[in-house]
Amino acid sequence: MNYIPHTELEKKQMLKTIGVESVDDLFKHIPAALRPKSFNIPEGKSEFEVMEHLKILSRKNATNLTDFVGGGFYDHYIPAAVDALAGRAEFYTAYTPYQPECSQGWLQAIYEYQTVICELTGLDVSNASLYDGGTALYEAAMMAVRLSGRKKIIVDSGVSLIYRTMLYAYTSNLSIEFVETPVAHGQACREDIYKHLDEKTAAVIVQNPNFFGAVDDFSDIAERVHKCGALAIASVYPVSLGMLKSPGEMGIDIATGEGQSLGIPLSFGGPYLGFIAVKKEHMRQLPGRIAGATADKDNKRGFVLTLQAREQHIRRERATSNICSNEALCALRALIYTCLLGKSGFYELARLNYQKAEFAKATLDKVTGVKVKRSAPTFNEFTVCLPKNADEVVCSLIDKGFACGFPLGRFYKGLDNYLLVAVTEKRTKEEIVQFANSLEAALCS
Amino acid sequence: MTVPDNLLYTKDHEWAKLDGDKATIGITDFAQHSLGDITFIDLPKPGAQVKQSAWCATVESVKAASDVYAPLSGEVLKANAELTAHPELVNKSAYEAGWFAVIKIADLEEKKTLMNPVQYKEYIQGLSK
Repeated sequence: MNYIPHTELEKKQMLKTIGVESVDDLFKHIPAALRPKSFNIPEGKSEFEVMEHLKILSRKNATNLTDFVGGGFYDHYIPAAVDALAGRAEFYTAYTPYQPECSQGWLQAIYEYQTVICELTGLDVSNASLYDGGTALYEAAMMAVRLSGRKKIIVDSGVSLIYRTMLYAYTSNLSIEFVETPVAHGQACREDIYKHLDEKTAAVIVQNPNFFGAVDDFSDIAERVHKCGALAIASVYPVSLGMLKSPGEMGIDIATGEGQSLGIPLSFGGPYLGFIAVKKEHMRQLPGRIAGATADKDNKRGFVLTLQAREQHIRRERATSNICSNEALCALRALIYTCLLGKSGFYELARLNYQKAEFAKATLDKVTGVKVKRSAPTFNEFTVCLPKNADEVVCSLIDKGFACGFPLGRFYKGLDNYLLVAVTEKRTKEEIVQFANSLEAALCS
Repeated sequence: MTVPDNLLYTKDHEWAKLDGDKATIGITDFAQHSLGDITFIDLPKPGAQVKQSAWCATVESVKAASDVYAPLSGEVLKANAELTAHPELVNKSAYEAGWFAVIKIADLEEKKTLMNPVQYKEYIQGLSK
């Protein structure tokens, strides 16, 4: 679809048709005092001037750092085919299909994306995607509240603070009681969770790997939670599912997560990709759009939006959620990315991440004064204890060309000397060794 | 449209079959016909308290969701589990196999507000004009 502005002639014709003299006349019914005196917009610039301005702005970005930062968003390689295919005009410029069944290509892409999410999470039903990992977790929590008829939610503090903050903000007027349980030896503390688990509990929310990078198996938690009539919710890192036990295998009811690592570039503020998948028995409370496969009158395969009676255009204020959109283009990228890798490629990706992180652990452990936390197994991210403030170390290493990790003190009290380090398949052995050397030098100075 | 003689009716097209202090409730033939193919029914859970004229169930057809209101107040004793797997029973047999729930009536006086079969027949004839 091209952007074609109205010509002066067309504007005049339209004004004449509706019987007014000028565009200003259209706003005459608004009292003059309430009309803006000026829009305070500078004079227009030429294309050349705009490009120069943007170039100057973009120089403020640090673009050449070797990236060891994770915390929920990861520097994975994106094959060129993802941009080439997702950038096709049929996908790239298409607006949300208001007559969805006319857009069979889109519905097929969404259906296949849902299939990928179900296969990764080991669950039965996925929707067409949500905005990001945090909003997906909020929708999961609200599903649990509706399904259980209860209003207390236990959240492990190994769940990203970003997600917890979003959860509390979204639910601030819904009188939902949240209980945060502490992390013990790097993992979700069973004892504390079970202490708070009761017949008022709607759900227990955990994360795998947790914010400290620790890998867990929540099968025991899911079992206890079900005995109590509550739901088990897990936020998961999709790349890790290439080799870790899936939420479905653990007995988790609702899995959510951030899909950025599936072929979506890191960018400040997104757009990112929220995914959510549930057991079949919970599907009527799943929010958002769901594409389904069917057959037409000639018995040819086709796609529809299904279970629409859950949604607000039909059920109004009693809808499962007020979400009425999704991240279709990002979901398409995730679909293309996962299909390019295939089942064995996805496993290989996970294995590479794990092995490189293990190499980095061993290398950093040799740096004087640095201690790698080893209380729990990890995937591609881990916690190290430094002999000085991690925030200061991070700042000093930027000059050496490294974004060396996330200082945990920013999210957790008392962890000022702890650094969260992520190692993806993109990091080379040389980069890891150079990082360790630069860290050693920074700690000595 | 069938309107059995042994039932009482509401303006929202629910029916109630009284049996002592209990009542079986459901939606009428007129209602199922207007809704079209029913795909899912969200029933009240046993133990729940329902109030006359307040929400007690939701009926979904392909592209609509309609609320069902309790014809009488009371406690839900049982719900028709068959409807979970076979919601189409309501289309096929609105007054027999397609019943929604059995309730223990809280206030028998409320039945005076319901229509008898003759009144309901007139009422739906008025609607189709």
